[in-house]
Amino acid sequence: MTSEFILEVKGLKKYFQAGSSGWFSKNGKQVHAVDDIHLQLKHGEVIALVGESGCGKSTLALTLLGLEEATAGQILFNGQDVTHLADKEKKEMRRKIQMVFQDPYESLNPTQTIQEIVVEPLVVHGIGANETERLERTKKALEDSGLKPAETYLNRFPHQLSGGQRQRVVIASALALEPQLLVADEPVSMLDVSIRAEIINLLAELQKTRGISVIFITHDLGTVGFFADRVAVMYLGRIVEIGGMNDVLKNTKHPYSQALLSVIPVPNPRLRRKRIILQGETPNPVNLPSGCRFHPRCPIAEEKCKQQDPHLFNLNATHQAACLLLENYQ
Amino acid sequence: MNRWHLLQKKALWSLFTIAFVIVLNFFLFRVLPGDPARAGIKDPRLTPETIEALRTRFGLDKPVINCFKTINPLVLGACDVNPLETQFVIYVKNLFLGDLGVSYYYNRPVEDILKERLWNTILLIGLGQILAILIGMAYGIFAAWKARTVIDYGALITGLIAWSLPTFWLGIILLFWGSSHGFPISGKSTPGMSSYPLMMQIGDLAKHLFLPTVTYTIVYMAEYMLIMRSSLLDVLSEDYILTAKAKGLSVFQILKDHALKNGMLPLVTVIAINLGYTVGGVIQIESVFSWPGLGGALYEAVNRTDFPMLQGAFLLIAVSVVVANFIADLTYSYLDPRVQTG
Repeated sequence: MTSEFILEVKGLKKYFQAGSSGWFSKNGKQVHAVDDIHLQLKHGEVIALVGESGCGKSTLALTLLGLEEATAGQILFNGQDVTHLADKEKKEMRRKIQMVFQDPYESLNPTQTIQEIVVEPLVVHGIGANETERLERTKKALEDSGLKPAETYLNRFPHQLSGGQRQRVVIASALALEPQLLVADEPVSMLDVSIRAEIINLLAELQKTRGISVIFITHDLGTVGFFADRVAVMYLGRIVEIGGMNDVLKNTKHPYSQALLSVIPVPNPRLRRKRIILQGETPNPVNLPSGCRFHPRCPIAEEKCKQQDPHLFNLNATHQAACLLLENYQ
Repeated sequence: MNRWHLLQKKALWSLFTIAFVIVLNFFLFRVLPGDPARAGIKDPRLTPETIEALRTRFGLDKPVINCFKTINPLVLGACDVNPLETQFVIYVKNLFLGDLGVSYYYNRPVEDILKERLWNTILLIGLGQILAILIGMAYGIFAAWKARTVIDYGALITGLIAWSLPTFWLGIILLFWGSSHGFPISGKSTPGMSSYPLMMQIGDLAKHLFLPTVTYTIVYMAEYMLIMRSSLLDVLSEDYILTAKAKGLSVFQILKDHALKNGMLPLVTVIAINLGYTVGGVIQIESVFSWPGLGGALYEAVNRTDFPMLQGAFLLIAVSVVVANFIADLTYSYLDPRVQTG
């Protein structure tokens, strides 16, 4: 049962029916939200998933959590196939994979108190022998998430907390279940810049002390540098470059990753870098471009990019990219 | 601000609104053109003495308020009248004693007539509302749960059709149907029923109630169903529902613990407002089925220009709307914790 990887994703695809597939029109168009993703995550590893809006990051997260049914491919969790599970097994899996969503203003039920929010998953999964034990766990989860003393928060409602505090409650209610894998879908993008670092530090600290594996989804490459071990860059439903932090950030190979990196603001106004501004819009994921899906916007695209769809290939043991124009592409 | 504080504030506003309605309601009928006594008593053969006697009987000989001699508010009258002897002060004073005046038509105290009629209306509305709320909610929840399936579309179409049916038209159609299926088509009891045993009287009442209640239920059920469905669909697309799902809650638990409490909010408002208005507002149903309720009384009073009756009924309706809204506010603060601090 035990495997080297906590999570293995093999050729995962998630397509949505495009447009109105009502009674009258059954068009075969599909949105290729997640298209052939391969990914491996070791125990205790943090991977950052980067890409612009609409590239399929969130769909990938939802599919991994079993909230969306995969169209094709396989998800292995601890070596066990969890792609299509019956409800009961799904519940068990959900305890082990928890998530933190983007908007802490939306992801807390406004009619529940903080205590109710954190206790509920414990009750659902039958964790803790009785009320008192569950309350203790709740308090511990809240304090671990930086809400100290927990007593002052228990009977409050979400609207009485700030955005940062709410996100801490979200994290606490995920941690209360003691998951092995945490999927954080842009956990800081709705927060004030001043709070972002705090929340990321909290996640990093919890990850270290508890040894949880984390999939950290973001569109902001600036926040990645903090605590990810590896980075995967996504474009139109596919990973175009993946590798260790330093590989991807310092030795960037794929032209799309290079463009993303070039537009990170640098705190020094005198330091001017050449920015690569991509032309045009992201192509419609319904009608994907032929060949390499990045070629219409790629600054260095050649004729062959229109014909051939590149696959990920090894640049070194840990670094992979999908571009035809890299010299040693095989 | 705590709940008690909020309650006091709302109660105070409700009282203020009712006071305003009392004043407005009183003057509304005094500024209408024509002498109320003349309007109510149309017989041209009445002698001036009889008319004067009737005016005294209904208290119309007194000035409306101090300085307003006649019912025409633009003509200033003598200002030397004792303010306590004006119609307005007497009206307000009597109101506090539970006296709403005497009906021109029935020549009986308005409050007695309204009381009889009100119970009939409450019986009809109460039953209809309970059925409409139960069926409408259940149907709406079911449709939202099965969203974008054939069941949902079916519910949506029937809901929209039922909601757009004109009440009186539906009533008349049901009346035709009912008359050929052994249902009584008017009134609330068969003449002479009062001498029968109680069980038979109740059975007779139920038979009479059936058609108007069904009409009422169909129309309001559709409204509640549509509101419940769409507000629940709204809530179900919220992130905290997704969170609950990811935490491992079952569909039933999500509906019960997360979606319903939030999805109920718009419905509570609509139910409260409906309850307030329908006390006087089932005029169409009561007219079609000759149900002796408040709506019917209102309709008759308009035809007979029975001002004290109208004045009393209007006040009753206004008070019920205010009270219903007050109750809605209270329910809201129970359902939504944000209201307490807001």
